[in-house]
Amino acid sequence: MAIKVIKEKCVGCGACVTVCPADAINMIDKKAIITDKCIACGACINKCPVEAIFKEEGNKGGVNIDEYRGVWVFAEQREGKTLNVVRELLGEGRKIADELETELTAVLLGHNIEDEANLLIKYGADKVIYANHELLGVYTTDGYAKVIYDLIQERKPEIMLIGATNIGRDLGPRLSAKVHTGLTADCTRLDVDKENRRLMMTRPAFGGNLMATILCPNHRPQMSTVRPGVMEKAKIDENREGIVQVVKPELKDSDIKAKVIETVKSDKPVVALEEAPIIVSGGRGLGGEEGFKLIEDLAEKLGGVVGASRATVDSQWIEQSHQVGQTGKTVRPGLYVACGISGAIQHLAGMQDSKCIVAINKDPNAPIFEVADYGIVGDLYEVIPELIQALDNVDDIMEAVKALSNE
Amino acid sequence: MKIIVCLKQVPDTNEVKIDPVKGTLIREGVPSIINPDDRNALEEALRIKDEHPDTLVTVVSMGPPQADVALKEALAMGADDAILLSDRAFAGSDTWATSTAIAGALDKIGDYDIIFCGRQAIDGDTAQVGPQIAEHLGIPQITYVEQLDIEEGKVIARRALEDGYYVVECETPVLLTAIKELNEPRYPSIKGIYKAYREEDRVKVWSANDYDVDRENIGLDGSPTEVNKSFTPPGRDSACEMLEGNSKEASRDLVVRLKERKII
Repeated sequence: MAIKVIKEKCVGCGACVTVCPADAINMIDKKAIITDKCIACGACINKCPVEAIFKEEGNKGGVNIDEYRGVWVFAEQREGKTLNVVRELLGEGRKIADELETELTAVLLGHNIEDEANLLIKYGADKVIYANHELLGVYTTDGYAKVIYDLIQERKPEIMLIGATNIGRDLGPRLSAKVHTGLTADCTRLDVDKENRRLMMTRPAFGGNLMATILCPNHRPQMSTVRPGVMEKAKIDENREGIVQVVKPELKDSDIKAKVIETVKSDKPVVALEEAPIIVSGGRGLGGEEGFKLIEDLAEKLGGVVGASRATVDSQWIEQSHQVGQTGKTVRPGLYVACGISGAIQHLAGMQDSKCIVAINKDPNAPIFEVADYGIVGDLYEVIPELIQALDNVDDIMEAVKALSNE
Repeated sequence: MKIIVCLKQVPDTNEVKIDPVKGTLIREGVPSIINPDDRNALEEALRIKDEHPDTLVTVVSMGPPQADVALKEALAMGADDAILLSDRAFAGSDTWATSTAIAGALDKIGDYDIIFCGRQAIDGDTAQVGPQIAEHLGIPQITYVEQLDIEEGKVIARRALEDGYYVVECETPVLLTAIKELNEPRYPSIKGIYKAYREEDRVKVWSANDYDVDRENIGLDGSPTEVNKSFTPPGRDSACEMLEGNSKEASRDLVVRLKERKII
């Protein structure tokens, strides 16, 4: 498979060069030349006004895809409790399975956690494969990859979704290499091409500056890790019924090469950015570490939590757990207050689904204002204290507004 | 001990700008750098070498011929050998095909105790190539390493989780992926730079013919995934209301609007 130029047709207009996301087209002697950087995305094909570019289908290997049916969701658990992202995967997996008219199966590995298995049915799974083994209580790459690999070989699912957690991003690639199939990381959107039973996996590319839709046409299962916080959670239905199949995998101590000898939970409070209804975020405009004190004050006043841009985390003003954006967390709170954040695309990618966005920035041309509902141009060190004061007096202010409108 | 560090040359995505009119990437003048997490991986290998001087650190990269700049920088930082995997046959590889191509080369180098990668590259953010190399080579992996101890024939690593960490013990050979919490990378020394650039042929270049790799499993055709399309992210449908006046007035206006919309 490769992108080719029909030299005779090319008029050298350069339309393909400007549209190419990979910077892979050179114009030499008024003819487009496709270089090795080409990722075969086909953007140039649609753009070419004289139909001089085409995609040459290559001879890819693969499997008999008709043998594969069903949508699987990896039900990641820690300390016996499945994570929030599992509910999100079940919500999304349910939609995909319905569209493909097939079954949704949750795959749960653990030790003595039957209740969690039953809960997965109530959140939308038709079936739960529950691998119960003492060596599966705590995640290990070797143990989990072996058990899930065996299950995939035996039951042949067509799609497998995994949460893009620190564990999901360890398991996913290991499994995809073992199975010999494609894996698309950190997807933010999933669609289905029903006719070809293909999963269309969309993810940020080039550091979040572009989105790319990825296919895995000839290999199965089509695997995807999905960013926590992006998909909508499945709702619980207490009356839902389904099948829980308990399997006892063959697993020996010696199968696990990288052994977990200690698990430590951080005593720092977890920053639950994905769950927070209100987030106040600080950016480079804070000027320094101490600026986050002000952000904290405002967050506390609003009953929200503190977020941060990549620049502030890279400068070590605040911990990475606060980071919002492409390489941080994806959030969709009711209110997002961006203070001193210019609005790089990688940041916007992580917060633009917020219901209401407020931007405070010195620079009236900052891109953040393009996604904001309300903007204040000014020095955040002046605006935020005023804002806190206004919040303190909110009742009086509202009374005054009411009185004014009644006049 | 023998350590192989895999590193990638990437465009500094912090420097990537978007053309506000056309909505396309502006790439001119964007510098190429050693991927940040890979730099932590290299630093850790060099620290082990500092402590155990008989350690041999080999750096490997896959990329176009000009990626040798990244490898020369690694040599200047203190690596012993550098190999660049460069061949048109690798072009268009997804993570599966990339890891296959790299694993083949590592197999040829052989006899390694530790393979070190960065957790993920900033131009793709997939974090997939490391674990996939480990699987292709049939060795265990520990990802997200934030602290590392080396003992006779084994490693003890702290692997980071969102809410804590696991301490993982593993016999060598093992593949590790580094995160930035692991260490503070050093700068190349003047002497190192001098040596890396003065001596010719410090970076060996291998093509797909120089080692054993199945042609069907590399490049575009060897990639299970393909890009269907790429596009600039859709903007948010909002017209921003700018709140005028001084800070006090604007703040009051904002609070009123949020209250009226029942957002606070």
